[in-house]
This record gives sequence, C-alpha cells and structure tokens, in this order.
Amino acid sequence: MTLPSLRAVTTEAKLLLIGIPVLIWTLLPIYHLFLFAISPKESAFSGALWPEHPTLHNFVVVFGQQHYFLAHFWRQLWNSLFIAITTGVLTLLIATAAAFAISRLKVRGGRAVMNLALFTYFIPAAFLAVPMYRTMGFYGLLNNQWALILAMVTIAAPYSIWVLKQASDNLPYELDEAAIMDGASAMQLFRLVYLPLMMPSLVAVGTYALLLAWNEYLFAFLLLSKDTAVTLPVGLGNFLAADDSPWELLMTTGFIYALPPAAIYYVFRRYMVSGLTAGAVKN
Amino acid sequence: MSVLTHPSPAAAARVDASADRPAPWQTWGVLLLTPYLLVFILFVLYPIGYGLWIARNPASYVALFDDPIFARSAVNTLIFLVIGINLKMAIALMLSGFFVQARTWIKWLSVIFILPWAVPSIPTILSLRFMLNPEWGVINTLIFRFTGEDGPNWLNDPTIALSMAIAVHIWKSLPFWTLILIAGRLAISGDLYEAASVDGASNRQKFMYVTWPSLRTLYLTCTILSMIWTLGDFNSVYLLTGGGPADLTHVLATLGIRYLRLDQVDMSMAAIVCALPFVLPLVFFMMKRLSR
Repeated sequence: MTLPSLRAVTTEAKLLLIGIPVLIWTLLPIYHLFLFAISPKESAFSGALWPEHPTLHNFVVVFGQQHYFLAHFWRQLWNSLFIAITTGVLTLLIATAAAFAISRLKVRGGRAVMNLALFTYFIPAAFLAVPMYRTMGFYGLLNNQWALILAMVTIAAPYSIWVLKQASDNLPYELDEAAIMDGASAMQLFRLVYLPLMMPSLVAVGTYALLLAWNEYLFAFLLLSKDTAVTLPVGLGNFLAADDSPWELLMTTGFIYALPPAAIYYVFRRYMVSGLTAGAVKN
Repeated sequence: MSVLTHPSPAAAARVDASADRPAPWQTWGVLLLTPYLLVFILFVLYPIGYGLWIARNPASYVALFDDPIFARSAVNTLIFLVIGINLKMAIALMLSGFFVQARTWIKWLSVIFILPWAVPSIPTILSLRFMLNPEWGVINTLIFRFTGEDGPNWLNDPTIALSMAIAVHIWKSLPFWTLILIAGRLAISGDLYEAASVDGASNRQKFMYVTWPSLRTLYLTCTILSMIWTLGDFNSVYLLTGGGPADLTHVLATLGIRYLRLDQVDMSMAAIVCALPFVLPLVFFMMKRLSR
C-alpha cells in the first residue's frame, strides 16, 4: 500500500473545506427546528447542541391539539393533504391530455399553446397572485378550497405539460405509425401505448404538483381565510407576529409538516431529479 | 426550464407529421387541449388583463409615489435582485464544480443539500426567525456566551433584516440552481478536459477555457430566470421580517400584497405595474433566447 501523495491530501482537504460549511449551512435551520421539537419548553432556549432531557411531549401536545393555537391541527393537516392530492390528480389529468395532444396527435397550434403555457412562468408569482385574488372573487371561489386547487393547477400545469411533452417526444414515432396501420383510434393510442410508456414521467409530474401545493404559502394565505379551511402553513403563519406564540409547538408542527415532502422527495428522488432537470441542458 | 432547451433535430423533422394522421386525431387533439386552455384563459389571461385594466388609473400612481414605503421597496427589490441573485448564482456555479467531484461522501452530501428546496418554506423560515431572536435566539445566546456582549438586534435593523431575507432566499433556492448547473457541467464532454490535461492546463485554465465557455449561456439564462422568479418571492421577506421594522424591508412583491390586504387593489396593481420595468427587459431577453 502506498501513502497518498501530498497533492492528493491537499485536494481532499480543500474539498472538505467546502463540504463541511455546505453541510452546516444546509442543516442548521432544519436541525434547529428538530431540536426545538424534542426539547422541553424551558431548555429549548439554552443554545445547547442536544437537550439534556429529550422529550416527545411537544408532539403529544400537537397531536392532541392541546393548545388553542393548534385547535385545528388535524383539520388543517387534512386540508393540506386534500388540496395537495387534488392538485396532483387534476394537474396530471390536464397535463397528460394536453401533452398527448401536442406531442402525439400533433394538434394544430399545439406548439403555440405550449409556448403560451410557459409564458405563465414569466409572471412573478406574487404579481399573478394579486389579480388572481380578485378574479377568484368574481368566480365566487374566494375562501373555497377549489380556488387554491385551481390556482396551483394553473402554476403546476405548464411545467408538467412541458416535461410530459419532452418525454413523449422521445417515444418512437413508429408506435404511432403502427397504431394508424392497425386502425387504432386516438383514444386507443392514448390508453394502450402512451399511458403505459409514460409511467415514470407521470409519477414525477404528479409528485411535483403535489409537493408544490403542499408547500405553497402565498396563494393559500390569500385565497383562504377561515381557520377550518386554511392549510397548515397558513395556520402557522398566523402566529408568526404574535409575541406570546408557543414557539416550541409551532416548531414541532413545522417539523411534522416538513417531514412528508422530505420523505416523498427521497422516495422519488430518481424520478424527480432526472425528470425535472431533463432537457434543461440538452444541446 | 424549457427555455434552456433547443429542440432536437429529430423533433423538428416530425413537426409536419400531422399531415399523415387520421382526421379524427385533430378533433381529439383539440378536445384534449381544451381543459388546459380553459385553465389558462380563466386563471392567467383574464386576471392579467383585468389587473392591467385596474392599473390604468394615473391617480393610483400619484398616491403610490407619495407613499414613502414605495421608494424604499423599489430600492430593496433592486438590491435583492442585483446583489442577492448574482451572489446566489456565483455560489451555485462554484458548488456545481464541487458536487461533480467523484467521491462517495460528496454524493451523500448532495442528497442532503437538496433538502431546503424540497421542504416547505414556512417551517424553516420559522426556525431561522427564532434563531435570530435577539433575546432568546440561539445565535445571540452563543454570542453572549463567548464574548459576554449582546448580539445585534437582527431583525430590527433594516439593513441586517434585508440581508437576512436575502440569505433565506439563497438558502432556499441555491440547491435548485446548483442542480441545474451540475447537469450543465455533466453535459460537457470529458474529452475536452482530457485534452486540456494533456496540454498541461491548470484547474483555473480548464475553468476559463473549457467549463465557462460551455456553461456561459446556461448560467446567464439561469440568472435571468431566477431574477424573474425572485421578483415574485414573497415568502423570504414576508415570513422573516413581515416587511418590518417600520415597513423598511418590503420588496415590491410584499408591498403589492400589503396593499391588497389593506383593500387597496388599485394601489396593489400599480405597485406591480411599477415592477414591469424590472420584468420586461428580462422577459424580452428570455423571449429572444427562446426564439433562437
């Protein structure tokens, strides 16, 4: 066995010199959140790296809704879940249909629709939110969870259509020719060829839309206001300004809320990263 | 991200393939496209048109310019974009070079590194907000323990508070842009680096003459896109500082929403229209890139 050269050691040291700060920077706020969640109220403020008496008491309080700040915890968690799943499903339906029409059926004007859709992303989110708030009022949807669902679909759909179109363009064109020869209808092509082959991309897109809606704050904060109708982030945000907020409980709730997206992200990581960055750098 | 792509030649060749498709396919195509078109018309086109129509009244601009918060917000927005975004993209460029190194531990680190982007904003901003609390926050507690002095009153100083909001923004969106730039670096052919090594190029030279020329366009596109998106970043400022102290850390996005909450929709739209000089050149630039 040979000793590593001085040069190799210096390179490793340099990499570590970048890696360690990156790790601390990334995890610090998340660890701080976790630390509060498992600390008893009194010792949460001490600045220690690990609490002397770790406890799950905060979780018991949150799950039991034993504090008036958290009176609607389960209800709001359910709202988040319902809105996220509905957004995911609705986005999938709309985007799959549109991508199929553009990519496989070559509908006239399809490309124009695609470009128009992507134009949505040239409007900064907060700037779309203001007029959308007003128009939701006209449609009679304010304080209705469908307003948030539709807003999230609006934001998730263009990107979803684009990802699905890219993936669909990569399916061999001969499939369509064979389908035409066999006299297959458009819907048969959709059901028997397109859907099964597109599964990985569909999973990526559905997950993307679901996470987008689960993580959303601004639109939820604007479009919903009743305590029993809002999503959990809005419920949490309402206590930000109050000085007497039970911080350890808010942090525990936040920690619980951050877990599902982190878990989903790790489960679908392979789909997500390749699916979501695909085409970004094709030359 | 689509805007970063160029259509593959194969796709271009297939564009006029609609000619040999059965006629009912067109009907189905229109039918399947309709749901999205409805969404676009009802929730993008109409709101934008309506918003611009509200913003046509000159009186609301006079009122807006008389509001001292407005000028401050415009300056803050500019600082956020010019300093914040460029700093973020420069770090992302550097880190992308770090993450493409073939080491197992770096692979694991990259998995953890994505977390800020994957988790919702509110819990982590909540956490940061409390870290910065002047009396009980962990940062000032540690400063006091080690120096015996009181730390700064972080979120009560407009300059520090805005810097912290920028830091929150960077913390949240750095992983995403790093990921894109990593993909960009991985797309550069390894042969180029090998040839450069054979010629005795230093790491610096490899970056200057191989990496940067290949990455330049992607980097610029990412910067522009990030600026457009950051103009709409409401969370980083609102959840951390709430626009305070004394409304000195607002950006145009939070200012617009503030007016909306105060039921001054015309002011709100006017504030947003005032951001158009920021947005339009960026969008114009992106359009030019798209059409190329």
